[in-house]
Order: sequence, then C-alpha cells, then structure tokens
Amino acid sequence: MKKFINDPAAVVREALAGVAAAHPDLRVDIEQQIVVRADAPRAGKVGVLSGGGSGHEPLHGGFVGLGMLDAACPGEVFTSPVPDQILAATQAVDGGAGVVHIVKNYTGDVMNFQMAAELASDEGIEVQTVLVDDDVAVEDSTWTAGRRGTGATLIVEKVTGALAEAGASAAAVAAAGSRVNEQSASFAIALTACTTPAAGKPGFELPDDEMEVGVGIHGEPGRRREKLRPAREIAAMTVEAILGAKPLAAGTEAIVLVNGLGGTPLIELYLLYGEVAALLDKAGVQVARNLVGNYVTSLDMAGMSVTVCRADAEILRLWDAPVRTPALRWGV
Amino acid sequence: MDVALARSWIAAIAAAVAEQADYLTQLDSAIGDADHGVNLNRGFTAVVTALDTADPRTVAEVLVKTGTTLVSKVGGAAGPLYGTAFRAIGKALPADSSTVDAAELGVALRAGLAAVQKLGAAVPGDKTIVDAYGPAVAAFEEAADDGLPAAARAAAEAAAEGMRATTELHARKGRASYLGPRSVGHQDPGATSTWLIFQALADVAA
Repeated sequence: MKKFINDPAAVVREALAGVAAAHPDLRVDIEQQIVVRADAPRAGKVGVLSGGGSGHEPLHGGFVGLGMLDAACPGEVFTSPVPDQILAATQAVDGGAGVVHIVKNYTGDVMNFQMAAELASDEGIEVQTVLVDDDVAVEDSTWTAGRRGTGATLIVEKVTGALAEAGASAAAVAAAGSRVNEQSASFAIALTACTTPAAGKPGFELPDDEMEVGVGIHGEPGRRREKLRPAREIAAMTVEAILGAKPLAAGTEAIVLVNGLGGTPLIELYLLYGEVAALLDKAGVQVARNLVGNYVTSLDMAGMSVTVCRADAEILRLWDAPVRTPALRWGV
Repeated sequence: MDVALARSWIAAIAAAVAEQADYLTQLDSAIGDADHGVNLNRGFTAVVTALDTADPRTVAEVLVKTGTTLVSKVGGAAGPLYGTAFRAIGKALPADSSTVDAAELGVALRAGLAAVQKLGAAVPGDKTIVDAYGPAVAAFEEAADDGLPAAARAAAEAAAEGMRATTELHARKGRASYLGPRSVGHQDPGATSTWLIFQALADVAA
C-alpha cells in the first residue's frame, strides 16, 4: 500500500509537526504528543479534553480550539494515549474548575484514561469522565467490551466544549456530554479495509463485491459481511439499525452526521446524506442540523457512518454556539 | 533469581517481542487492530533503556521499573495490563530482594495475575492474556519445589497450551469481542505475547 510517509514509527510525531506548522494558534507538544489551545488554562473554566488512537483525524486534534476541546492527546495509530500523556494534557488545561475527559469506549482507552484520572486526582484536579458508546452495531452485553465510541464523539465534544466555554461546572459539562451520548446512535459500513502505516497492508481482505456491515473505526472487521448493494438500500439498512436500537418518536428533532471513514469521496457522502435525510423524514424525524464530511475517520478506509442524535433546545443551542478549530468552525 | 537473571529475563522478552513483532501484529489484524507487536516492541525497547539508566539493585525494582515503563510507553490495553502485571509482581516480592526463590516468584506471579484480572475484568475463557497467564501460574506453583528452571519450563508449556486453546474461544473482552462469533478460529494475540514472556523466563532460567 502506497502512503505519504517517511518512517512508519514516526508518522504521529511528524503529522503533529505539520499540525503545529499549519495552526500556530495551537500549542503542539510533539514530544509528549499533546495539542492544547493557546489560551489554556483559563482560570475558572472547565477544561475539556479528549484523546484516543491516531488515525481518526480530524478527531481529536482537529477539534481543539474555541468552543470545543481545550486539549487532545493522540496516541500511536489506533492505540490509546498513555496515562502520563493524558495527565500532562489534564494539567495543561486545568484552570482550577476541573477537567472533563471524553473517552471513547474501548478497553485500552478506558484503562489509560482511568489511570490518568487517578493520577490527576492525586494532584488535586477534579476529573469527570464522559464515556462515549454510540455504535449500535455492537451488542451491549457482558459478552462484549460494550458498544464502541464513534461518530457521536464529535457531537459530545462540540456540546461539552460550548457549555464549558459558557462557564458551566465540570459536573454540568459532563452531564451534558453523557446526555448527548445516551441520545445518539451510530452505525457504519465499510467498502474496504484500512492500512495502518506499521502493517503496510489492509487489515482484512474484502472482495470487490462485498461490504463489511457494522464496522468499527480501527480496521477491525465488522459484525457480518454481505454482498454490496445500491446506496439507497445501504442507507435504509443503516437508518433501520439506528432507529431500531434507539427509536425516535415522530416529530423528534435530531442532529445527523453522515461521516466518511477516510477513503470515500464527498460526492458519495452527499448522495448518502440525501438518502438518509429522506428516510428520516419518512420516519417523522426532523433533521434540525446536519454535518456531512470526513470527521471521525479510520485512516484510508472507504466507508461511511451515520450518527443520529436526538436533540432538544439546549443541545441545539450548544451545537450552534461559536466554534473555531482546525476542522470545525462557525459563528466566529 | 537474582538481579542479573531478572534483567536477562526482561532482555529475553524484549528480543522475543522484537523478533515476533510482525507475527503478533498479524494475529492482531485478524481480530483486533493490528498494533500489538508494534506496541509491545516499542514498550520493551523502552524498558531495556530504562533499566540501563535506573540500574536497579533488587529483583523487585527491576520488575516494578519494567511495569512502570510499559504503562507509560505502550498504550492500548496491553500497556496498562502488562504494566500493571509487572508492577504487581515486583511489589509482591520482598523489598530487599537481591535474590528470590521459585516459591517467592510464584506468589508474585499470582499477584500479577490478580492485578491483570482486576484491571481487565477478564475471566478464564474470555480469549485474553488470562487464558495463557492463568495456566502458567498454576503450573509454576505446582513445580516451584523443583526449582526455578523446572517451574519456568512448566509455566511456559502451560502458557503455550493455553495460548493454543484460545483459537477456539469466542472473545468476550477487548476489541476482538466486537466480532462476536467471528473471533473463533483465531489465536489471541495477548495470550501469545504472554506465552513469549513465560518462554523467555524458561529460556533464561534453564
């Protein structure tokens, strides 16, 4: 697999050097692998921090800035950050009002963030954790590690960031994040596997006429494999899975994200959005806000995910609040 | 086991992980996210450097330093799990341990297993590290009276058997659990690296 890299082991640090060069308004610590808002910490403001494996860009570093994250700590590709790194980011954004960790529900992420939260607490920093587990392709049972955190992470980060910017307490910010997560459901389909720089070849083999249904964002295979179908049928299958897992009453307002996994062109994402919007309309769901693009990616995987978040006036107000980050900016 | 042997053990693990990194990553790409070999290799390379710098005086210090370095360098689930295991093993040894006998090491290995199970909440049969580590500790304890070389050999054999048995298991923890029944038919990468750790102990203790 051809890639624009120098050395597979240096990809994350070299990409961070690029982020630093492109966004002088962010503080990038390449050694510790931390991206921090220039004005952090702000006294009295709750710090909002997220992190996870690299390879999902713009998540999370692309969402650092006014009205969203105060810091991001990217781990190695598809590998959660380590406790020391998360602690350093926590300290960098602690303005005395506590820090909210937004953690995607994966075994490694949960363990490393938990260790970091304990270390931060030893230093007198109040840490609240929001666990994101919106991927309804995984059964939430004692037979699995639980549902995965995927597309809803973006909405959680936007809403919590806006609330923290407005001066809310750590507990209130975390509660809003958890509410967004509970009210969100996502489902993904892949047309190809992705290739990590270290492996150099796709994570699994997928024939030209097949798709992975219920795929995650780390190159792992999905729940099942099926013959490829027209986009209309794929959209229907996706919306059905989402509404089946978290039904929405007719007239409910929603924020809808049609997200590319990294290797799917925008023209196809818009085509899918058209199908998804029509299906939701037919189901009586009012799409109040939407976002179409590559936001929570899986390296070069061709594929898409749909996230539907049940919205209310508060969530919509926080969604609309000004944001200025490398990957998301409006209202400023 | 004295400090030199403890350091040889860690060096042997580092060499085995480096040699098998691609194999571990290959196993992980089938049911996980294709990074197990890369991450452990980065971690144990850092451990070897950290031990050179720290120059520990006791077996306990060697193992605690190994664990601490793994926690701060590996990431993913493997970093906290192996890091916590080595830290717990080190902390369970007598603090002034310039040498430890097989019985003391057996107690410490058991403490490491308990720490892994507490952190990861995995039980035998979940298709994890525990499926190799559990049988290895039991075999080590049983053979401890015969001395370290015999106990380590028994542990390595039991770890290998436990590792091979994970192939038929349905993963219930970690990223492989997302695959549900599709995880069956693949050997668990974590159980495989656990076998490497016990095999390295058997090799240096022989």
